[in-house]
Amino acid sequence: MSHPSARPEREPAEPVTPPAPPDSPAPGGPGDGPGGLLAAIFRYQSVVVILVALLGAMAIGAALIRYQGVNPWYAYETIFKQALFTSDGLTRTLAKTTPLILTGLAVVLPLRVGLFNIGGQGQFLLGAIAAAWAAYQTSALGVLAIVVGVVVGILFGAMVGSIAAILKTWRGVHEVITTIMLNNIAAGIVWWLVTGPFQAPNAGGIPQTHEIGEAARIPTVAGIPLGFGVAVVLALVCAWMLKRTTLGFRFDTVGKNRHAAGYAGIPINRVILLAMVFAGGLAGLAGALEVHGVMHHFEPAIAGTLGFDGITIALLARSNPLWTIPAGFLVGILRTGAAGLQFATGIAPEIVDLLLAITLLLVSIPVLGRWIFRSRAHKVSAASTSWGS
Amino acid sequence: MGAWVARNKWSVTLAAIVLVAAYIFYALSSGTALSMYKYAWSYAVPLVLCALVGVVGERSGVVNIGIEGQLLVSAFAGFFGAAYSGSLLVGMLSGIGCGLILGGFLAWTTVKWQMDQIIAGVVLNIVATGITSFYYKPGQVLPALMPHVSIPGLSSIPLIGEVFFKGTGVIALVAIVAVVVIHIGLFRTRWGLRTRAIGEYPSAADTAGINVIRMRLVNVTLAGVLAGLAGVYLSMDSTSSFERGMSAGRGFLALAIMIFGAWRPLRAAAAALFFGFVTATASQLQTEQIINVAPQLVGTLPYVMTLVVLAVAAGKVRAPGAVGQPFVKGDKS
Repeated sequence: MSHPSARPEREPAEPVTPPAPPDSPAPGGPGDGPGGLLAAIFRYQSVVVILVALLGAMAIGAALIRYQGVNPWYAYETIFKQALFTSDGLTRTLAKTTPLILTGLAVVLPLRVGLFNIGGQGQFLLGAIAAAWAAYQTSALGVLAIVVGVVVGILFGAMVGSIAAILKTWRGVHEVITTIMLNNIAAGIVWWLVTGPFQAPNAGGIPQTHEIGEAARIPTVAGIPLGFGVAVVLALVCAWMLKRTTLGFRFDTVGKNRHAAGYAGIPINRVILLAMVFAGGLAGLAGALEVHGVMHHFEPAIAGTLGFDGITIALLARSNPLWTIPAGFLVGILRTGAAGLQFATGIAPEIVDLLLAITLLLVSIPVLGRWIFRSRAHKVSAASTSWGS
Repeated sequence: MGAWVARNKWSVTLAAIVLVAAYIFYALSSGTALSMYKYAWSYAVPLVLCALVGVVGERSGVVNIGIEGQLLVSAFAGFFGAAYSGSLLVGMLSGIGCGLILGGFLAWTTVKWQMDQIIAGVVLNIVATGITSFYYKPGQVLPALMPHVSIPGLSSIPLIGEVFFKGTGVIALVAIVAVVVIHIGLFRTRWGLRTRAIGEYPSAADTAGINVIRMRLVNVTLAGVLAGLAGVYLSMDSTSSFERGMSAGRGFLALAIMIFGAWRPLRAAAAALFFGFVTATASQLQTEQIINVAPQLVGTLPYVMTLVVLAVAAGKVRAPGAVGQPFVKGDKS
């Protein structure tokens, strides 16, 4: 486990990023893996940076809430109370956290390869509607409809992800543009589907699909939605995959230095494709779980801002899969509590968007240190070299 | 002029063919043609302006993924600035100011702090969405409509004058001027040569005595004015309302248009007009019920087109050499 405080005795003398000579932390050397001293510095720094960023965002948020004429302390108390300490609050929070962890992972995995997947939203939407449709069509299968829905959801999400990967490897089109375009295309397609071919006739004109069968609904056991368990397990699997398997090593090598990876014989295009397929699959799974576990049908509002929250979560988690769990939980708390906040104080739930944006801003500006470091160490930072070329 | 035509003979020929075709269409059915061209141009104006933001940024070596956010915040600030102050001018200025501030933010984080340019831009977009959706208040109206002017002389040219210079918004006129000025600026002035140098090979430019950091800062920040104008156009001119997320990916469309236009202002403007024309055609076919496709799907056309255009164009055009890479003085690259 890569707990951040696992090596306090190796506390760095200089937490400031030293301008390392270009070739000192040689990438790709197996001995210089994530356990190295420099990595320890990063981990130690990261947690401090993130905590400071969170506190800073809360403080700025408090000022903004104050400006709206509400006692900020009361507002935060309401959010946390609603999300954690009401009768079904924790269950709802965990249900909310489930897709957040998955969309977070859908950003983390490509980030390790040096790709920035902004397309979680579209992958989620198409995965969700495909799952809702497939599960409805196969409701005669009973519980097996869950399997069908989930698999179809994953496949559709992966398909959307792979389009971006193919355009990237085949034509060198930057993934940020393609995934954003795919988000918009997916939104158009699902709107068309729920107002046309897939619309439930008994919904009274509301754009949504048929309810899936009773047996196809993923239950909540002892207050914990089963989907949450799936998300946590997948976060663990991703962490294990990145750390302990050849594939994970390839991911990191491609992400750190694409040229070196090419010389080492790593099939870069295949790794990129795999990363985006995994990412799309995870986001599609998030959509499928949301359909099977929470909504039991598809409607366009199902995605909310989940895809974009995934970006915040991934950067909060510093592209470490394990940290998507607490990061996702935190965002889940805010999102769940915000509804109660509006009821209690009249503050619009969009305050959470603002809070998360400020957090993201504060978190990512110190990403600076990391990226400087990376780009000095490896000359070219993977997230930008591919631009336009 | 002759040499310029000779060098750009394919572009000029293509432009001439398009122009002739446009006039023939206009002669056949002037009403439909005119309304379609006007629709296309009003669709293209923010794209042209944003593509120019992208061109200036990338020619100086800075990727601006945050155009979308600049556009959204400027649209927001322009609309609510005007609605609350009761003055269109205040609205316009606050929109432009916001574009400038966000441009400055992007420039500072990426150039001074060498933050990853893609991440900085995406963060900017998310912050823009957060701010505008929280402070959005429904039910506001603009104090007046934006003034529309006709340029005497130019507006009496058939078709071209009617589309571009007759009863047109000020910002649309500014867009035309900006395209020409930036094109000439980039390829004919000292500023342009230096800008292209710092985007192509910053360490060589540095050796030649150009202050790369300062020039990048200034260029990216000032380009924000154009993004601000585009935002103001969106919420105050082409429509008179602000909605959450109303930029709807236009900032990214503009980046695609920039690539399609090979990082050249005139070609980018032509590409934006092409996008506008295809969209206009689709909506015309839709309203005349010649094709029967759901409007939601027709709405995705610009995005699909972007993917196709990028897949086709990406391999054929070359980006500025140092785009996306932070410049560190004394660091050989």
